Amino acid sequence: MIDVFDLYNNMERNDILLSFKGAITSELLTSVLQIMEEKMEDLNEEPKTKKKVFNVLVECLQNLYHHIDDFEVQGTKEEISKKKSAIFMISRHAGHYNIITGNFIGNENIEKLRGRIDHINSLERDELKAYYKSTLNNGEMSSKGGGGLGFIDIAKKSGQKLTYDFIKIDEAYSFFTLIVKIVQK
Amino acid sequence: MDNLTIAGSAKTPTVEFEGVGKLLIKGRSIPENSIEFYKPVIDWIGSYGGSPKDITEVNVQLEYFNTSSSKCILDVFKKLETLSGTEVKVNWYYEEDDEDMLEAGEDYQAIIDLPFKMIEVEEL
Repeated sequence: MIDVFDLYNNMERNDILLSFKGAITSELLTSVLQIMEEKMEDLNEEPKTKKKVFNVLVECLQNLYHHIDDFEVQGTKEEISKKKSAIFMISRHAGHYNIITGNFIGNENIEKLRGRIDHINSLERDELKAYYKSTLNNGEMSSKGGGGLGFIDIAKKSGQKLTYDFIKIDEAYSFFTLIVKIVQK
Repeated sequence: MDNLTIAGSAKTPTVEFEGVGKLLIKGRSIPENSIEFYKPVIDWIGSYGGSPKDITEVNVQLEYFNTSSSKCILDVFKKLETLSGTEVKVNWYYEEDDEDMLEAGEDYQAIIDLPFKMIEVEEL
């Protein structure tokens, strides 16, 4: 049987405010955003911190949402629902928040994603601002409006380098983890 | 020209576009799919462009917007740019200390050929 207390303690030790694993729906995101706003209100966070965390959280969660929506998985219904499941956590430590997301990704898409994040991480603040503006103005709009601004915005607003990892599951899939740090004001 | 009124929700802004030339977008704009939301907004400006007022005042009072909305908001401004021969003024509101929102306004100002006024307020 799953050791729930152990899981609870683990989350407690890691200062997790909120965690979710499963299918990512629009309604779920609405609830999570509302819960996080209330939590930060209770914690008397500075308005600046609240705004940063909220903004970055919206982008991280909607990145997940869109990725899973577009993610083409072959296999049985069960395999599909498993691969289209994701995890996210929000933790609050002394001085900073972490927003952590994890999802499956096709191995063929790893290099492109790695390249994009590495490029964003290589930019200084002013370069990032310019990159955002040029992508906004010249970038193609996807059918849902995204158009590749998500990661740029996350890096720009958090003011921190993005931490990520790919764990190979099998020949077809890997698990992608993203950690975004937001320093409290 | 009929007014366009859309009530705000947890993820979408209040829209009050008046045929007399006063346009307001207020609240938060963080829907997963913003194209759907902004289509009637952009279409309204298209119709309004048929016989625009001499002065059109656009007030943008957003607390939050996501990147999906940012392109649509750019399209709203691009549509407003087409109201040639008339005066279109944009008032971009931001809460004090919200540098990200001020910066976002400045980005639009740099891209769009319309006069922008940045207005700092205590609370939106």
